Amino acid sequence: MSPLKIKKGSTSHSAYDLRPTFSDKKEQHTLAVLVENEPGVLSRVIGLFAGRGYNIDSLTVAEVDHTGHRSRITIVTSGTPQVITQIKAQLGRIVDVHEVHDLTVEGPSVERELALLKVAGAGDHRIEAIRLADIFRANVVDSTLESFVFEITGTPEKIDAFADLMRPLGLQEVARTGVAALSRGAL
Amino acid sequence: MSKAMTGAKMVVQSLIDQGVDVVFGYPGGAVLPIYDEIFQQNHIQHVLVRHEQGAVHAAEGYARATGKPGVALVTSGPGATNAVTGLTDALMDSIPIIVLTGQVPTFMIGSDAFQEADTVGITRPCTKHNWLVKDTDKLSAVMHEAFHIATSGRPGPVVIDIPKDVQFATGKYTEARQVETHYNPQVKGDMEMITELAKAMETAKRPIFYTGGGVINSGPAASQLLRELVAATGFPITSTLMGLGSYPASGDNWIGMLGMHGLYEANMAMHDCDLMINIGARFDDRITGRLDAFSPKSKKAHIDIDASSINKVIKVDMPILGDCAHVLEDLLNVWKSRGRKTDKENVAKWWHQINDWKKIDCLKFEQKGKVIKPQYALSRLEELTKKYDRYICTEVGQHQMWAAQYLGFEDPNRWMTSGGLGTMGYGFPASIGVQMGHPDALVINVAGEASWLMNMQELGTAMQYRLPVKQFILNNERLGMVRQWQELLHGERYSSSWSESLPDFVKLAEAFGAKGIQCHDPDSLDDAIMEMLNHDGPVLFDCLVEKHENCFPMIPSGKPHNEMILGENADTANAIQSGGAVLV
Ligand SMILES: Cc1ncc(C[n+]2csc(CCOP(=O)(O)OP(=O)(O)O)c2C)c(N)n1
Ligand SMILES: [Mg+2]
Repeated sequence: MSPLKIKKGSTSHSAYDLRPTFSDKKEQHTLAVLVENEPGVLSRVIGLFAGRGYNIDSLTVAEVDHTGHRSRITIVTSGTPQVITQIKAQLGRIVDVHEVHDLTVEGPSVERELALLKVAGAGDHRIEAIRLADIFRANVVDSTLESFVFEITGTPEKIDAFADLMRPLGLQEVARTGVAALSRGAL
Repeated sequence: MSKAMTGAKMVVQSLIDQGVDVVFGYPGGAVLPIYDEIFQQNHIQHVLVRHEQGAVHAAEGYARATGKPGVALVTSGPGATNAVTGLTDALMDSIPIIVLTGQVPTFMIGSDAFQEADTVGITRPCTKHNWLVKDTDKLSAVMHEAFHIATSGRPGPVVIDIPKDVQFATGKYTEARQVETHYNPQVKGDMEMITELAKAMETAKRPIFYTGGGVINSGPAASQLLRELVAATGFPITSTLMGLGSYPASGDNWIGMLGMHGLYEANMAMHDCDLMINIGARFDDRITGRLDAFSPKSKKAHIDIDASSINKVIKVDMPILGDCAHVLEDLLNVWKSRGRKTDKENVAKWWHQINDWKKIDCLKFEQKGKVIKPQYALSRLEELTKKYDRYICTEVGQHQMWAAQYLGFEDPNRWMTSGGLGTMGYGFPASIGVQMGHPDALVINVAGEASWLMNMQELGTAMQYRLPVKQFILNNERLGMVRQWQELLHGERYSSSWSESLPDFVKLAEAFGAKGIQCHDPDSLDDAIMEMLNHDGPVLFDCLVEKHENCFPMIPSGKPHNEMILGENADTANAIQSGGAVLV
């Protein structure tokens, strides 16, 4: 009956061989997505990333035009060039999305993130923490006799570096906003 | 001069304004005000299905057969969750439907009220767009926008979730023309790229048109232009399962469906071509087989309305974003104005090669003995019905692939099958939707016994509305396609692929007041089919067929196009001569 010469019980002909043939070098891109501030729009964007298995390295969102009901979502994502292209095309399909900009390829841009760090300690650690905060231009926004809350803005790398230095000095908690980004120069 | 009316009335008014003549639905507490309005008017017919999944598939069938959007209406909670399979099916196959769901009153949302479900949350990933309307003043604008979004760009399903208090409250009715939308997808293709494609067509030695559902979705003009382009160039044309009918099966240049169960010549031509012109298809995995071996020698052009379909799985050389009809028109004009050139000599050689592949006769079968072969049943159905302008639906499984192989489609919108999602239970309710759209046409659902049982309750609907849909069941008493894979790939371990405890289909039909016919004898098959065709009313045709027939040709998943498995009757001596590596 069976005209097939595949070994009985073989599963080597499975769909797992169906892998695309694109480059597999990963890149990180910052996308600015301008959306209608409708209920559920953030969920659509996040659901797209979750449903299609894309990475979100960082995400920020806020309404930037109150009269026009526009929000700006800044997403830092990583993937192969083909995946990044897909992400942009898929974002563009969402009905509530007005514009998708890839700040990483559309020319120079500035990226900033804000973080709050709680550092607790006494003696030398406390003095060292405040000295480093000064070098990083972090502000003290709360202090008690045994703790500080620092506020720092900068690139994600700068905040990583600062947090790494604070860790041995009694870092207890970090809150980060995620990246906000704009292209440089006039439009 | 916007009129004031209740939300429920707005729903009905906007449906009328959008030209809707039929709604498939099922009532419940959260949509009672809308049902009350439906009761008090005569413009729209409501078809009471027997399960909400049936309503959505019927709306899909209606949309595909008429080219107009389909509408379904269901209640909150279980009504909405029952609609999810149909929504996902419509999303995968890009079918424009509008599904209206009732919702608990706005002040009860989030309280786990009776029959509350987070409908917009549940349906967000399976709709093109959805809305929860909390303000009656906005309801009619959303209704109009919903039709626009469902039908423009790449079509798809939308959901409007309407709380009961919004249906009761009074608000201002917005006319369709007053609605502003920012959603206006690009339909014209880039002329430079179109010119590049026209040039490539002039020099191609082994060109092929590979067309898909996008041509049908684009409307009748696209099919017309495609026919013109194919005739003028003389290039061969193949199509996906979704695209059947955009070019006629009787056309000179038709080389049959491609893909996993596509024709040998179509797949070989795809593999060996030097110019592939993809029009509204999406390089689905059932089409491409192993990606790194997919058509290695060709330059590829891809015309698609959806940017995310381009370069998704296959890198193309000539991406053209736009609507099929618009791009085909421009392409035809550019190619003509450049002097209608093709490499006639080499294209003739290419046809010679394709005709050699055709000699293998990959669909050949032998009807011997006393048991009906499913291929024979479909060949007879084809022979006896091809003179009708008929509409064919299918369920999912072997019978679906055989229907695609053995039935010929002459026109678009005549073939309704669940391609992307592969939904068993699609065909019967879809056939009801088709018949509502074309009351006088011959509508046949080619079914497997297992699939058909998944929405068999709709026999009640067919009877109630006197819809003479013909259910042609190829009964192999097996989940045939599953059994085939188990035979070929899982060591003949037939795990749960027997259709056990089947009903007596004739008695089942009679229980609903319909006609049942059973046929097991090849010699009486023609008479039985004629009896089915001549009966004015729904017919359940139980065609008992060979139980262990396999569907060939087949490209096992993970294999390239030129490594097809052919059936035992194919003329394989020819295959080896013509250079294809064929597994037999
Ligand atoms: C809802 C759903 N469940 C499961 C499947 C998997 N499946 C694909 S084909 C098939 C068997 C279909 O049997 P039948 O309708 O009798 O058709 P046949 O293959 O025998 O022609 C199954 C179970 C599916 N496609 N859809
Ligand atoms: Mg079966």
